[in-house]
Amino acid sequence: MSKVRVLVGTKKGAFILTADGKRQNWEVSGPHFAGWEMYHLKGSPADPNTLYASQTSGWFGQIIQRSDDGGKTWNPPGTKPEDLMSPDGMPKGQSNMFVYDGQVGTHKWYDGTQHPWEFKRVWHLEPSLTDPNTVYAGAEDAAIFKTTDGGKTWKELSGLRSAKGHLWQPGAGGMAVHTILLDPKNANRIYIAISAAGAFRTDDGGRTWKPINRGLKSQYELPDPDAEVGHCVHRITLHPSRPDVLFMQKHWDVLRTDNAGDQWTEVSGNLPTDFGFPIDVHAHEPETIYVVPITSDSLHYPPDGKLRVYRSKSGGNDWEALSKGLPQKDCYVNVLRDAMAVDSMDECGIYFGTTGGQVYCSADSGNSWNAIVRDLPAVYSVEVQTLKS
Amino acid sequence: MIRVVLPFHLRNLARVNGEIEVEVASPVTVCSVIDGIEARYPVLRGTIRDHGTLRRRPFIRYFACKTDFSLEPPETVLPDPVVNGTEPFVVVGAMAGG
Repeated sequence: MSKVRVLVGTKKGAFILTADGKRQNWEVSGPHFAGWEMYHLKGSPADPNTLYASQTSGWFGQIIQRSDDGGKTWNPPGTKPEDLMSPDGMPKGQSNMFVYDGQVGTHKWYDGTQHPWEFKRVWHLEPSLTDPNTVYAGAEDAAIFKTTDGGKTWKELSGLRSAKGHLWQPGAGGMAVHTILLDPKNANRIYIAISAAGAFRTDDGGRTWKPINRGLKSQYELPDPDAEVGHCVHRITLHPSRPDVLFMQKHWDVLRTDNAGDQWTEVSGNLPTDFGFPIDVHAHEPETIYVVPITSDSLHYPPDGKLRVYRSKSGGNDWEALSKGLPQKDCYVNVLRDAMAVDSMDECGIYFGTTGGQVYCSADSGNSWNAIVRDLPAVYSVEVQTLKS
Repeated sequence: MIRVVLPFHLRNLARVNGEIEVEVASPVTVCSVIDGIEARYPVLRGTIRDHGTLRRRPFIRYFACKTDFSLEPPETVLPDPVVNGTEPFVVVGAMAGG
């Protein structure tokens, strides 16, 4: 019997939700790192008990935490078991040195002037598909870092900032690498997305990067709606069986590409609004995708106070509302970009968390929903692991 | 030994309770005390002052003997009561809330 482990990052700590394959009865563990902003937690596909977490604070900066037992215990990478054995043992890992490579350089500031890059935090951690000690980190100010020693040391893949970084500009939420997608069929290919710079791709393992934003139109955000960089991409996703097909939730517009980002086409179709943050793909149906429409860039809550996930079974354009079990009046929460995930059970489970502290689960591909928890702090991120027990 | 009071979250991170003590060679300065904290508790590197620049993080303050040393140069020598252990050096997270 398989089981699922849901990793939830919130504004005030991390929570781990576990259930068997029925996904009806849940155990809640946490808060881990109580009081800290937990931007993202993710498990290694190569070793599911190896988890990484981004722990951050406006006061105290960035910490990376690692668990080797599925989230029961955590330590900053670099801490040896003997560091913790004595009565006054303590973690000795120093895993938070994220230093930009070479000349720091500048990017565009809110007012259009140039501003030096300043490291603020890690938004997203993406463990390698094959090696539990290799992880990519998406940072604010936008950059990608890589560790190959389990998180002890991090090195920037600075070629990314050479892709017209001087033209990138923060959005209201900052300027961060928030999405990292590893191509399961081509180890040298990685996709990333930045608000507000756009989507980028490397085909040489991270040495060089190119913008992949052709077809995106940002007529209300950019002086040139078709600019090569500067688009506020909120999220991109792919199905592992078809890594050349990507889906995107942009600031406004939902889009797809069938050629690894060389050309995008809008597939917003009949959505009530095409503004939103997360987008995800069904585990077993590569053309079935999910979004959560949000009223507008000025009104970050669902239209009409009704929380609805929208599903397209045709890769976009034709969308159906999924509302069974979700609040259909007086609901004014948001769903952030990293707060949706799918499991790979036979009947695919869909999960999302809200800024109101609810984490919802659908154990039937979105047809019906239940709240696993209702009163967590604002949810920043949701990831799910499907485990063989 | 220099007595140091850390804020709640840094005590949790270092897994210590109450005050800590760090060994610091003379002259005892703001910088040498932070050096001592980071040497004894490597997990706190980067949490009080930034890596590389070693600048105090914006929402961190240093108090001692009812005096704010946050804006003093790092090489500022701390008062005798801190040096002889009568008074602690206090690392404070800036006030938050409303």
